[in-house]
Amino acid sequence: MSNKTTYRTCPRSGLQFEAQAEKLVLANAVAGVIFLLIGGILAIGVVLTRWPTIHWLEASTFYQVLTAHGLDMLVFWIIFFEIAVLYFCSSTLLRCRIATPKVAWLGFALMVIGSVMNNIAVYQGGSSVMMTSYVPMMAAPSFYLGLILFAVGALIGCFVFFGTLVVAKREKTYQGSVPLVTFGAITAAIIAVFTIASGAIILIPTWMLSLGWIEHVDPLIYRVIWWAFGHSSQQINVAAHISIWYFVAAVVFGAKPMSERVSRGAFLLYIVFLQLASAHHILSDPGMSTEWKVLNTSYFMYFAVLASMIHGLTIPGAMEVAQRAKGYNKGLFEWLRKAPWGNPSFSGVFISIIGFGFLGGISGVMMGTEQLNMIIHNTIYVPGHFHATVVVGTTLSFMALTYFLIPVLFKREIINPALAKWQPYLFGFSMYFFCLVMMGAGTLGVARRHWDMAFSGAALAYEWPGAAYLMMGLVGIAGICAITGGALYIYLTVGSLLWGKRVVQTKISSEPTPIPVGAPSAAAQSYGSLGFAAPGTFVLAMVFLASFVLYYFINWKYLSTLWGLS
Amino acid sequence: MSAILPPTERLWWKHPLDRVEGTWIAIAFVWCMIMFFMMIYWHAYGKQNLSTETYKTTPEMFAGKAQAVVDKYTVRTETDLETPVVAPPPGSDVYMIARLWNFWPILELQQGQTYRLHLSSMDYNHGFSLQPANINIQIVPGYEHVVTVTPNQSGTYSVVCNEFCGIGHHTMVGRIYVKAETGNVK
Ligand code: HEM
Ligand SMILES: [Cu+2]
Ligand SMILES: [Cu+2]
Repeated sequence: MSNKTTYRTCPRSGLQFEAQAEKLVLANAVAGVIFLLIGGILAIGVVLTRWPTIHWLEASTFYQVLTAHGLDMLVFWIIFFEIAVLYFCSSTLLRCRIATPKVAWLGFALMVIGSVMNNIAVYQGGSSVMMTSYVPMMAAPSFYLGLILFAVGALIGCFVFFGTLVVAKREKTYQGSVPLVTFGAITAAIIAVFTIASGAIILIPTWMLSLGWIEHVDPLIYRVIWWAFGHSSQQINVAAHISIWYFVAAVVFGAKPMSERVSRGAFLLYIVFLQLASAHHILSDPGMSTEWKVLNTSYFMYFAVLASMIHGLTIPGAMEVAQRAKGYNKGLFEWLRKAPWGNPSFSGVFISIIGFGFLGGISGVMMGTEQLNMIIHNTIYVPGHFHATVVVGTTLSFMALTYFLIPVLFKREIINPALAKWQPYLFGFSMYFFCLVMMGAGTLGVARRHWDMAFSGAALAYEWPGAAYLMMGLVGIAGICAITGGALYIYLTVGSLLWGKRVVQTKISSEPTPIPVGAPSAAAQSYGSLGFAAPGTFVLAMVFLASFVLYYFINWKYLSTLWGLS
Repeated sequence: MSAILPPTERLWWKHPLDRVEGTWIAIAFVWCMIMFFMMIYWHAYGKQNLSTETYKTTPEMFAGKAQAVVDKYTVRTETDLETPVVAPPPGSDVYMIARLWNFWPILELQQGQTYRLHLSSMDYNHGFSLQPANINIQIVPGYEHVVTVTPNQSGTYSVVCNEFCGIGHHTMVGRIYVKAETGNVK
């Protein structure tokens, strides 16, 4: 293949961008942000309807808007951005050309066509089936076809990513093993292939059902396989945003992983055990055996949870070690106090780590426990949990990465750095609160995907306790604050892209410059205390564990007071 | 910036662990095992475990069985829809149909007694959300799920549908009365 491409070295970060890869990263990231914008606008409708005193939209509009919100956010925003991350982690970090750019553009085109087709189907009405589209409730054929085309496009993206790894290896642009961040991206891509295959297995028959080509898709089998797609895709997100955490720790602090072996081992655990996750959504279903539920919901004895707990320690730990090496060595937390809190890439990632662990992680393990699932299944606790994982965890990390990419990849200065400084705090903290009050309302039983808490028109209405109404009001307020934070992000990103001052570029060459081989560093560690390199992080981890244990057993206690079930 | 560069030690898998990592991995591992065995422990000693007794069924078959029980044990009707209130004897099989958009019939159970509650749907997925206790079970069409329940408190319970089932979803609420052990409704 001829190498008619060029390589630009960013003056600020030293990263090297190949021309085709750069355009692809940009296109995918921008497409993602557009869907975040649409999803965010839809969130206004969702949240103002669930706020009981406002109760804005009509029932049919609400369900339509909620369907589109779920899909645009969870599927289109996240996956477009993830494809951008995959190309970045391969071509940019390994300093090589991207494999088969034409095929990559084909994948992108399919994703655009699919996502637009799916959106149109929802806005036409008649496809308000929620993103899960459980059969036998049927949407228009173009709803499923859109999703299938989008998935094929994303699958192509994954294979271009793998191809790029091969290019780098063959053209020897690096030596030894791939960087940890790329390793994390490989994890994400491997899980993605499995995930998309599950999606195809269930969505293709459902599409044929909607066309009348086949007679029947079993509702229970649909749920099991759909969730092999739906939940595993969350593990793509986790692998992707954890890679970003490592990335930001590296560029902001110059932090190196505490131990490559541990971090890579934890990623491997994801690959081995994450596939089992569809059980989480079937725990309160008929049909599956107890053994199947227990083994699968725990990802085979919680080994994937173990992996997340490891990353949750090693990333702040690496930051702490790097800070201590710079002399911020006083007490347990000087390293944290003196962290660059005004840098939105850092603050975004740190708020994401804490929120993902404390809110998303603890609630996720609680509700993923076979028996405990019964006390929250399909309540609004569930969106409370996953806004902590996929919004605080994934979305906020993507936002943090964007602030780094604006000058480096978009070649623009951020238009309003003062606002950018505040954006992660506004978005992150209002999301924390939003998740907490949703979980509160869910603990009281309030249903998810439900238009009217007052059950107007029902023959036998139920009266929710006042506290439930209060919580849902707070959901409304916190939701509006979070949407404002999201709007700021869109303004800063799009504004910088359009009007930001250009960053002057200098080095462009027609050949890639390989990554220089680094000298092995001394392993000896002379900071920290008690023989711990990162004592502050360890204390944080113990606080985390204590909250986890406490919350976990409180829920068992509550369960023990309920009706006997066997 | 080593997380974005190839590891400098080529044999990174021989890199030693730091003490903080080793300690945390050990603690986290123990906690994971405790959580895993907690689920098994509860199956042995806990009183709230969801039954997995399930049969394939059809709307006609299930409705027929439910109708038979309703015909036998109806004590009165309630609401404008004349929904039967069914009070089956303790230990017996009771049926609740989920359909667009109600739960049928109303049940009247006795505190401290055990019943085999059969759940199925006539059309879409529905959710059985017992309030205010907050017990939630998925109802899937084509499957008959038999849950053994023992109400431990008397009172009026509502069954809220918490799986999206179309435009009337928010009107889908059913009811279960639990009579106190002494015999009168609280
Ligand atoms: C920016 C502020 C946001 C607000 C205020 C918001 C609000 C909400 C609310 C209130 C619900 C629950 C509605 C219900 O079940 O009745 C919901 C559902 C959902 N949200 Fe968000 N959201 C936001 C951002 C996001 C983002 C960034 C994502 C994904 C990355 C996301 C993904 C979802 C999904 C997947 C659902 C479930 C839809 C369903 O049940 O089918 N949201 N959102
Ligand atoms: Cu229903
Ligand atoms: Cu419903």
